[in-house]
Amino acid sequence: MNLATKDIRHNLGRFALTTVGIGLLLMIVMGMGGIYRGLIAEATLLVDQIGADLWVVQGSTRGPFAEISRLPASLEDRARAVPGVASARRFVSHTIQREHSGRPLRIVVQGLAWPDDRGDWIPLLAGRPLRQAHYETIADRTLGLPLGEKIKLGKDVYEVVGLTKGMVGSGGDGLAFFTASDALAVQFDTPGETTRLERAARRARVEAQDLGQVQPLLLERSAGPASGIPAVAPPQVSAVMVTLQPGEDAVKVAATFSTWPDITVYTTQQQTDLLLSGMVDKSRRQIGLFRVLLVIISTIIMALIVYTLTLDKIHDIAMLKLIGARNRVIVGLILQQALLIGALGYGLAYWLGTFAFPRFPRLVVIETPDLLSLAGIVLGISVVASLLGIWKAMLVEPNKVLS
Amino acid sequence: MKPNDSSIPAIEAFNLTKVYGSGNTEVVAMNDVSLRVARGEVVALLGPSGAGKSTLLTAVGLINLPTAGRIVIGGVSVLEADHALVDLRAFRRKHLGFIFQKANLIPFLKAVENVQIAMEVNDVAPRAARQRAMELLDYLGVADRAGNLPDALSGGQQQRVAVARALANHPSLILADEPTAALDSQRGRQVMELFRKVAHEQGAGVIVVTHDQRSLDVFDRTFEMEDGHLKSRQEPDGSIAKDSPHHN
Repeated sequence: MNLATKDIRHNLGRFALTTVGIGLLLMIVMGMGGIYRGLIAEATLLVDQIGADLWVVQGSTRGPFAEISRLPASLEDRARAVPGVASARRFVSHTIQREHSGRPLRIVVQGLAWPDDRGDWIPLLAGRPLRQAHYETIADRTLGLPLGEKIKLGKDVYEVVGLTKGMVGSGGDGLAFFTASDALAVQFDTPGETTRLERAARRARVEAQDLGQVQPLLLERSAGPASGIPAVAPPQVSAVMVTLQPGEDAVKVAATFSTWPDITVYTTQQQTDLLLSGMVDKSRRQIGLFRVLLVIISTIIMALIVYTLTLDKIHDIAMLKLIGARNRVIVGLILQQALLIGALGYGLAYWLGTFAFPRFPRLVVIETPDLLSLAGIVLGISVVASLLGIWKAMLVEPNKVLS
Repeated sequence: MKPNDSSIPAIEAFNLTKVYGSGNTEVVAMNDVSLRVARGEVVALLGPSGAGKSTLLTAVGLINLPTAGRIVIGGVSVLEADHALVDLRAFRRKHLGFIFQKANLIPFLKAVENVQIAMEVNDVAPRAARQRAMELLDYLGVADRAGNLPDALSGGQQQRVAVARALANHPSLILADEPTAALDSQRGRQVMELFRKVAHEQGAGVIVVTHDQRSLDVFDRTFEMEDGHLKSRQEPDGSIAKDSPHHN
């Protein structure tokens, strides 16, 4: 006869409520692990998806994700000339926050090296890749922009032609892919008055110099668009992504790049490591510590619940001792109930999590090894939690029946 | 010698003493008490509150050990002073049955399971235990309530289930502490008569602590405790005999 299940059946309501409480607590523990995995997945998603073999960034920086990197776009052409390089594409990335339909909209703007890169590699949920050099975008669905939606960024209006799923930046904000020139236009858009003031300031500077006084044409140029002035550099890109020819050794090609003093080169693995050791590391430790706290709290709460359940049965336990029940019968009663609470709570946490986690604003990734380790932790918690109740039960004298 | 051998007494207790506390706080709850009960014999233990009846009952029931004395149950020496000679819990399981003022049924077990559990903890197979439990409930007239939880039983029915539990392992000694206190006089008498029936038919010795003077005719012998002493014994004919704990 299984006393644990008999008792549970008799106190089903209380047991169910207890299990729900433990289940919710375990769901938080499970979710914490999932949030951590989600952070890693989000942080490395773009690096993994783009599929570049090498990342060329500004010299002595760890860009373009861990810190700002600025490179001249012409570096694309220099990179293509390196032996073993199959292709090189500019990478433009920056985060903007704009107002759209009366709500703040944070977008991680990604520039694609049109016309070589039209976003054909991007996994689409709906729509199509980019088909023209300007005014089109592929947006992640977390941005809440439906297909065909038009969004004004700066002076231009862009139409959403494709939708992706789960394409987010390391901060959890949705990605939107533009051509690189559009991405730069969004980044460096300035009001007309700013441009006029800048041109006037340039003209004043040239007028103040002897060169401007002897060359009137220079005065005219300085008051015109920046693209017409050879001394003013065009907008810069964040990085250059390099794809190697089949069979090429990435380390060997990277060694060639390393001889250039104006840039730093990283393999994809190094780029991933930079992201994880820098940006995600503190979050990982924070979540880890919070998880440990939750496990301790769960153990304490479970121990108190099991202890209370034992106290409620103390008279019955004394009776069992009086009629000669062995300790293992009594220990089994308490331990089995603790294990049942733990197991059912775990199952409930998993079940609730499958509904709740996809609705979280940031990615929650539940992996099988994490589930298995949590199952082990729950088993441990259940055993530890039952010790207090078992200790109390062992102290009970059979003559307690008489009181 | 086997505890269930019918030729030997159900219990023999020699010079049992129980002292609580020490020094100024010392209380002698039971003083040099000796007692012998044969198998099939039903004895009553009378006395005012605090006289030591329950102390004696729990001492011979191996629940609350005496400070001094010796206890032999079914021919087996189980206790010498406060030193156990056997595994007391195992001995209780196999040879003793208990009934109290409250039935003390386990609330989450059905009537039949309350009887069954007493046998299962004694290593009786579940199927056999259930069968005997049903037989006992039938014998005690509550078989129709076998599937009910204690909450759904009347006080008398609960007490009958408790008696069935006490009988489950064919004990050589049944100890009952005011088993009819919570029952009306009619049901109280029924329970007392049940003890007599059980003792005679099952061959167990029965010691009943009671205040119920109306059912004394049910008992084979009556002892009285006062200030920790087993002071007098009343024979069935009503005469008070000289204290002779080893009368049989």
